[in-house]
Amino acid sequence: MPADEPMLRVSVWRGSGTKGEFENFDVPVRENQTILDIVSWIQQYADPTLSYRFACRVGMCGSCAMMVNGEPRWTCRTHVNKVASHDNSLTLEPLRNLPVIKDLAADLAPFFEKWVEAEAFHHPESTREDEIAAVDPESAERAGIDAAIECINCAVCYAACDTVAGNVDYLGPAALQRAWTQFQDERAGSKDAILDAVSGSGGCHNCHSMGSCAHYCPNELNPLIAIADLKRITAWRRLKGGSNA
Amino acid sequence: MLDVRLYLAQRISALIMVPLVLGHLAVMIYAIQGGLSAAEILGRTKGSFFWFAFYGLFVLAVSVHASIGVRAIVHEWTGIGKRALDIFTLGVGFILSVLGAWSVMAVTLT
Amino acid sequence: MKTPARKHPLWLAFMLHRVSGLALALFLPLHFWVLSYALTAPVTLDGFLRWTEYPLVKFAEFGLVFLLAVHFFGGLRLLALEFLPWSDRQKTLAATAVGAAFLVSGTFLLKAI
Repeated sequence: MPADEPMLRVSVWRGSGTKGEFENFDVPVRENQTILDIVSWIQQYADPTLSYRFACRVGMCGSCAMMVNGEPRWTCRTHVNKVASHDNSLTLEPLRNLPVIKDLAADLAPFFEKWVEAEAFHHPESTREDEIAAVDPESAERAGIDAAIECINCAVCYAACDTVAGNVDYLGPAALQRAWTQFQDERAGSKDAILDAVSGSGGCHNCHSMGSCAHYCPNELNPLIAIADLKRITAWRRLKGGSNA
Repeated sequence: MLDVRLYLAQRISALIMVPLVLGHLAVMIYAIQGGLSAAEILGRTKGSFFWFAFYGLFVLAVSVHASIGVRAIVHEWTGIGKRALDIFTLGVGFILSVLGAWSVMAVTLT
Repeated sequence: MKTPARKHPLWLAFMLHRVSGLALALFLPLHFWVLSYALTAPVTLDGFLRWTEYPLVKFAEFGLVFLLAVHFFGGLRLLALEFLPWSDRQKTLAATAVGAAFLVSGTFLLKAI
C-alpha cells in the first residue's frame, strides 16, 4: 500500500470471558467502507485469529452487531465515515450486556434464552382437523404489529438498555416485543401464559421507558410501544382479578 | 425487580398524588410570600380535617411510591438479592410512613 | 470500556426522573423531622424556618421545588406513555415537562425573594 494512503486507527477488543485488552490496528481507508469491512480487513490482512460473527452482510440476519465507539450497531450497514472520529479512530468491542466468547463475538445465548422465558414463540392450539385461522391484514391487531415483526434479533436493543445492564433477570426489549407480537396473533393459544411470563420479577414492568432500544434499533422499530401495551394489558388483567401473576 | 403487583402499587400511588402534588406546589408558592413562620403554617393546618386528610393521604401514597422507586434504583445500582431488597423496600416504606404520619399529626392535631 | 448508550433525550429524561425521585426520597425524612417540631417545640421550628431568609437557602428551596415539579411533570408523561395510546411526541413531551417544572419552580423563586 502507498505510504501516504489515509489510514484508520482501530482499537479492537481482544480476549475471551472477562479478560482482555484493546489491540490497535491501522486499516487503509476505502470508499463506502463499513465497520464489517474493517473487521474483515483486519482478519484477512493483519491477524487471522480475530474472531467475529457475520452472515448476510446486508442487514437481514442480525449476526454482526458490535459496540462501535461505545454504541451498539449493526456493523454491515454502518458506514465508517458516519461513525469514525475526526482523527480517523474507531473503537470496536463485543456487544454490551452479554458474555464474551472471544474478541468481538458475544455469547447471545442469554439473549435468546430470555425469548423463551418470555414465551415469545408461537403457541399453536389447532390441529390439522381445524379450519385455517383467517388473519385479516387490515385488522387493528395485525396492523399494530406490522413494524414489530421486522425484528432481526440482532440484540442491539439488549446491548443499549441500561435496565438490562442493572437487572440480570430483565427480559429485555426484543424478547418483550416478540412476546407482544405473539400475544396479538389471532392463532395463538395460551395467551395467559404469555402475560404471566411478562409479569414476573424480570418482566415488562421493570422497563423505565428510557427508549435506548428505539434509539439504537437499526430497523427503527420501537419496542417501547410493545412494552407499554404489555404493561397496560397485564395491569388491567391484574386489576380485574384475571391473574395472580 | 418489579412484578405487576409492585408496578400497580407504584403507578396507582402516583395517580393518587397527581392532585396532591399540584395542591402542595400551589400551597408552597402561596405560603412562601412574605417568608415562612411556624405561626402562619400552623394557623392554617392546626385543627383542620382537610389538611389532615390531604397530607395524611399524601404521606401514605408517597411511602408506597418512594419505597418501590428506591427499590428499583437500589436493585439496578447495587444488584442486591430479592430477600434483602424486600426487607429494604418495607424498611423505607415503614420509615417514611411513620415519620410522615408523625409530622402530619404534629402540624394538624390541636 | 463499553460506554453505555446514553446520548439521547429520553435517556436524559429517565435519569432526571430517577435522580429527582431519589433526591426527594432522601429529603423527605428531613422534611418530616423538621415539621414534627411543631408538636414538641414550636420555637425550634421557627428557628429552622428563620434559615429560609438566607438567599442560599432560598435557592436550595427553589432546587427542591424544581425536583418535585420535574418529577411530577416527567411522571405525568410516563403515566400517559403507559396508560394512554402511544404518542410519537415523547421527546417534545419530555422537554415540555422540564419547561413546566422551570415555570413552576421559577414562580416559587420569584415569590420567595
